[in-house]
Amino acid sequence: MNNNTEDNWLYTISSKHKLIDLNFKEIWRYRDLLLLFVKRDIVTVYKQTILGPLWYVIQPLFTSVIFTLIFNNLGQIQTGSVPPFLFNLAGITAWNYFRLCLTGTSNTFSSNAGIFGKVYFPRVIVPLSVVISNLLKFAIQLCIFFCFYAYYVFQGSLVSINSEIILFPIYVLMMALLGLGLGMIISSFTTKYKDLTVLVGFGVQLLMYASAVPYPVSEAKLKFPSWFVPFVEYSPFTQIIEGFRYILLNTGSFSLTGFLYTLIISFIVFILGLIIFNKTEKSFIDTV
Amino acid sequence: MSEIMLKVTGISKQYRLGLVGTGTISHDLKRWWHKVRGKDDPFLKIGETNDRSIKGESDYVWALKDISFEVKRGEVLGIIGKNGAGKSTLLKILSRVTSPTTGEIKTKGRIASLLEVGTGFHPEMTGRENIYLNGAILGMTKSEIQSKIDEIIEFSGCERYIDTPVKRYSSGMTVRLAFAVAAHLEPDILVIDEVLAVGDAEFQKKAIGKMQDISKGEGRTVLFVSHNMDSIMRLCTRSILMKNGSIIEDGKVSHVIDTYLSTEFGTTSQKYWDKNNGNDLVKVLSVKAHNSNFETGENFKITEEIGITLTYRVLESGHKIHSAFNFFNASGINIFDSHESNTELYHVKKKPGIYQTTVWVYKNLFSEGVIVLGVALVTHDPFRVHFHERDTIAFNMVEDLETSPTRGDYVGSMPGIIRPKFEWVSEKMNKKND
Repeated sequence: MNNNTEDNWLYTISSKHKLIDLNFKEIWRYRDLLLLFVKRDIVTVYKQTILGPLWYVIQPLFTSVIFTLIFNNLGQIQTGSVPPFLFNLAGITAWNYFRLCLTGTSNTFSSNAGIFGKVYFPRVIVPLSVVISNLLKFAIQLCIFFCFYAYYVFQGSLVSINSEIILFPIYVLMMALLGLGLGMIISSFTTKYKDLTVLVGFGVQLLMYASAVPYPVSEAKLKFPSWFVPFVEYSPFTQIIEGFRYILLNTGSFSLTGFLYTLIISFIVFILGLIIFNKTEKSFIDTV
Repeated sequence: MSEIMLKVTGISKQYRLGLVGTGTISHDLKRWWHKVRGKDDPFLKIGETNDRSIKGESDYVWALKDISFEVKRGEVLGIIGKNGAGKSTLLKILSRVTSPTTGEIKTKGRIASLLEVGTGFHPEMTGRENIYLNGAILGMTKSEIQSKIDEIIEFSGCERYIDTPVKRYSSGMTVRLAFAVAAHLEPDILVIDEVLAVGDAEFQKKAIGKMQDISKGEGRTVLFVSHNMDSIMRLCTRSILMKNGSIIEDGKVSHVIDTYLSTEFGTTSQKYWDKNNGNDLVKVLSVKAHNSNFETGENFKITEEIGITLTYRVLESGHKIHSAFNFFNASGINIFDSHESNTELYHVKKKPGIYQTTVWVYKNLFSEGVIVLGVALVTHDPFRVHFHERDTIAFNMVEDLETSPTRGDYVGSMPGIIRPKFEWVSEKMNKKND
């Protein structure tokens, strides 16, 4: 045996591992699996339901109606020149994408323990498939949003798309990265400490109210106690929701520093999530 | 010399016993603190050998301890050992489901396992959709599956239901479909756990046949785990024996099986007693299996005559003491019993002293595999058993494919608990036309 063959190893299974061990070649090899997981997520959710994919639409619509009734009609929250319903629908559509990415990835390990315990494939495929299949749902919900958008414009409401619309894909990317990153961190910890699964459910709910989804930041600045305002104002989630409404509805505020700061946070959270996920995937099956 | 496909060096795996719950945070923190200071993991030291029958001192055990071996291209390696010897843990590490605590494995090819079938089946999706999904999970690409889909469907025998959601399948059908997908994998290194043979008898036969085809296929490197010594003997070119997480023997299949039988069953082809060996009337001294030259050994050819010799000491005179043997195969099936009946001393009331009885078992009677012997000493009128012990000695029957009197040119698996040689006659009937 010569040194030549020694170097030819396809891969090594070892106890030591690098901080980030993403094998893109391998992920590419499993691209078909990624697509099939996406297909599975989309196709099977509403099998044996009457309304089927309509549910993707019904949920944000009804939430928006309720928000409008409670926060705008009852709570007198001002949304400027934008019709409150459209304002809420924009926030909820964006928030939904983040929320679904987060909750979908946060149970990666616990809900796939059965498969993970038996076969190997790059584990990142599962959270990635969640993000992609949610992207499709997001697209459907966005279509509905634009239908109402067109309706309100036709009715003479003063809404218009902002010139920053080119940043739209980056906003989507930020939501995906944040949801994915946080979801991967949570999923890694839930393999050992199952308390987190309980936390995620209502934590996300609370986070929504703290992230300016049903109200504009300007209202928060006016009415919230002063110690709480920075939490809302500088939360990356608020930045995304507010920015999202800014580019679509031309309402609220936008600052480049805020945008860049959120982008950096998103990447940090994503990388951190990836590191922790990587560490966990090697041995989670022993603790889950 | 063919190249090394798989190289395992110093693999160990530690598990924590008991409930993983409270206390894990404190252990985790301690681990982390030791790591920060550049010290070894404090909990790695206290592990002990994994013998589940002995109560351990520590909560940590080594399921695998310092495993090293190499597999060459085209080799079919049989892994044998008792339950809990670490076979499954080793397979799990090889298939990258969990990672080792120490050591590393280097491989030149993709490893796929037939460990578990039906992983990732979604009940709401149809059979066809699940074939794609399951195939992709097992590492096939879409085009690979596409090219084999007809074959897979045919093998599964579920053609009629293939576009029906899997939740409407019977459990047997699900398993057949799952196995069909797994069986059509074509990795460089295949890991097979024969325990998976499931389904009805017909399908089992098909499945085992397929596994044998795969492992005999040209140049395929296979790791084969089985409790069935026959299959190991027939399929494997090399074998390793595991016990309590370590490899205790690595080498020629027949040698390893010998060691397995002698260490695990605690039996060899001879046994001596010095206590618990009878009553006030008679005591057993030894029993051994040997060939016609009275040479003992662990392996006998099925074409040779085998003698079982029992030695015993009679303590009380005046009894007609007779010997009897039970013959079991590896699955515990009682192949036959034989009682002493026509010996010279049969009707003699034995005086105190040492006696020896031999039974000669015909050649060409046993099937290949392990034979386990039960020994008894009895008196009649009234019938009394003075000594009876199962699992006393064990030996292995091997069949030479070339000289086998019962196979002809057939080299596949021969079922059946015995394999007697019969007289076959065949002749041409319409001689006039010649």
